[in-house]
Amino acid sequence: MENMEMHSGITPPKGIWWKPAPAQERRWVIISFIWCLILFAMMPLWHFKGGQNPAGVRTKVTPADFEARVDKFIKDYQIGEDQGIPVVQPPAGSDVYIAGRMWEWSPVLKLKKGVEYTIHLSSLDVNHGFSLYPARLNFQVVPGYDYGLKMVPDQMGIFNIICNEFCGINHHNMVGKIIVEE
Amino acid sequence: MSNIINLFRTCPVTGLKVDKNAENLIKVNAVVAVVFLLFGVIAAIGILLTRWQIFHLLSPEMYYRFVTFHGLDMLIFFIIFFEMAILYFAGPVLLNSRLPAPGLGWLSFVLMVAGSLLVNVMVYLGKADVMFTSYPPLKADPLYYLGIILFAVGALIVCILFLASLVIAKKNKTYEGSIPLVVFGALTACIIAIITLIHGALIFIPTLLWSMDLMPMDAEVYRLMFWALGHSSQQINVAAMVSVWYLLAGLTVGGVVLNEKISRIAFVLYILFISMASAHHLLVDPGWGPAWKIWNTSYAMYLAVLASMIHGFTVPAGIEMGQRLRGFKSGLFEWLSKAPWSDPGFSGMMISLVVFGFMGGITGVTIGTEQINIITHNTMRVPGHFHTTVVGGTALAFMSVSYYVFPLIFKKRVAFWGMAKLQPYFFGFGIAIMGMGMTFLGTMGVPRRHWDSTFSQSPFQPAFPDTMNLFQAVMGIGGLLAAAGALMFITIAVVTVFFGTPVTENSFKNGESGIPQGALKLPAQSYSGANVEQVHKEGARGTVVLVFVFLVCFVLYYFVNWKLLSSIWKVG
Repeated sequence: MENMEMHSGITPPKGIWWKPAPAQERRWVIISFIWCLILFAMMPLWHFKGGQNPAGVRTKVTPADFEARVDKFIKDYQIGEDQGIPVVQPPAGSDVYIAGRMWEWSPVLKLKKGVEYTIHLSSLDVNHGFSLYPARLNFQVVPGYDYGLKMVPDQMGIFNIICNEFCGINHHNMVGKIIVEE
Repeated sequence: MSNIINLFRTCPVTGLKVDKNAENLIKVNAVVAVVFLLFGVIAAIGILLTRWQIFHLLSPEMYYRFVTFHGLDMLIFFIIFFEMAILYFAGPVLLNSRLPAPGLGWLSFVLMVAGSLLVNVMVYLGKADVMFTSYPPLKADPLYYLGIILFAVGALIVCILFLASLVIAKKNKTYEGSIPLVVFGALTACIIAIITLIHGALIFIPTLLWSMDLMPMDAEVYRLMFWALGHSSQQINVAAMVSVWYLLAGLTVGGVVLNEKISRIAFVLYILFISMASAHHLLVDPGWGPAWKIWNTSYAMYLAVLASMIHGFTVPAGIEMGQRLRGFKSGLFEWLSKAPWSDPGFSGMMISLVVFGFMGGITGVTIGTEQINIITHNTMRVPGHFHTTVVGGTALAFMSVSYYVFPLIFKKRVAFWGMAKLQPYFFGFGIAIMGMGMTFLGTMGVPRRHWDSTFSQSPFQPAFPDTMNLFQAVMGIGGLLAAAGALMFITIAVVTVFFGTPVTENSFKNGESGIPQGALKLPAQSYSGANVEQVHKEGARGTVVLVFVFLVCFVLYYFVNWKLLSSIWKVG
């Protein structure tokens, strides 16, 4: 009968150590592997069955061009002003544009509950973080990239856009607003 | 001839032949590591007392600067200097072999010190207020990027010296059989480090040129290449931590390797699947589509996660088997209840295992899921996760192994031995509590790297619920406990190394205080005979229960987060 031995991780193993694993260990590896497959499978599954995905409509855009699009959007649909920032009420289901810049989100939006809008996010200068509170949506806002996310506001109320990517000394004062009505 | 005789000394505890050049390099790298740990802890206290908003200690400018300092000094300088010490130990010392070209080791040490000082000075002068991530278009002074490059080059040289020492050990047959598992783990860390540092050059050299206005830089390309460096460097920390766990298991309780094949495959999985982990930093970025994101964050099988789950079983199971082989085999958990919990090398290892696995691992895999990331990106859930992995896990493991390094390499009795026995508990529990506070804050939506959670000067005031104050306090108290634990460790380290009572061969025999129990009487490192058959047949029954509990926690936490995600706005 083979003489069984066990050794610590500090000891050089002699002879052939490429041996089958003990049953308990093998079982755990198999269970872990199945769990890892489940972890993977949830992601494509949610793309087909779930309602929240970061896919979006993604294009490249220069900051200057994006600023022009935002300005046109404001000009077309502005209905007022809030704290010096234009308030815009776009038609239901349309393309909406928000620019992040040091240190402001513009414009303020007035949206309808239950309607899907394509909200285009980009930065006019450095990285910013779009964090919609209390809706718990978080996306990276990158200069040079237009992130068009199809969103459906499901609650009425006032939501704020907190910047959660460090963008300079006034980063913590960069707050925007989205109003959702019936 | 006499040169060669004087090159080595023989360790009275392990019998290993210790190359004195390697030993000196271990010492200087470990000492400098602790210096940066101190800088990082001071920064941590400032940050904690600012985010805990009843204190709001620092000004915005100082807060943001402290966050940059803290990230660099902890995540890069403290940890990598310590890992250099580990490489010098795991190569030459564990293999009874000599360190080739020690002069190169000293050159790289100088490069690393110069680079780290340059970086710190630039941050101190306010010329690098960019966070340790330094995302363009945020721009630092070119000397900042140069400092990082110098540091990386130095570290790369040490990695190559480690590989050379393995070659020499093999050639001179300084050990019989294959390299021990601990050395294999260190080799894994070294290979990942070389890949990481090459990624680092690929991103920091262009960034340096961009900072001098010599070339353009795309913000998304930078983020991709930075995180290829950034996350891979965390995998170095994981591989090093797991190697230290196996080392401490052997030193403290004679813990065994259940199966060399499985443990080594798990290490290799780290190497093969690291780059992919980097994609989880980019899950809600506009630069890539879902197919890229899903594939790269998992390579379809989450194989690096599998590797960690494997070690999560084999390390405690090996400890359990070692204890059972030594006679602690009654019931399911005598191996734990009769374990040396007053040995800080043992207690720190166990706490780091639990905090890393239960808190760090579970939160990390969850928030690194493509869609769940929508509710977590850049909230306080992110630092909640990574403090439980790299601090509660890796840093605590490094502190624990230091208690053996002091008597065995520095040949000094550990100062303040009573305090040393408590230190891992302060630090480990402190980080766990702080991590919990941070995670709850993040679940509320509180942003990371942010000076004012009340938005007092903003055009609009989002109002977090009052429980935010409660969890800021939880974070603050946990953090201060951990900072106290870190300062205890630093005090012990400095006094031990520079003023400690020297250890002689008799110190071990006489059981003097300030020497951990595994060094006083090294447990058996190998077992054979009928006893082994019996214990092997019974297996690691206690660990099986513990990993089952772990799996249940994992499954629950993971699916609770999907439920949370399903309740937010539809977005696609």
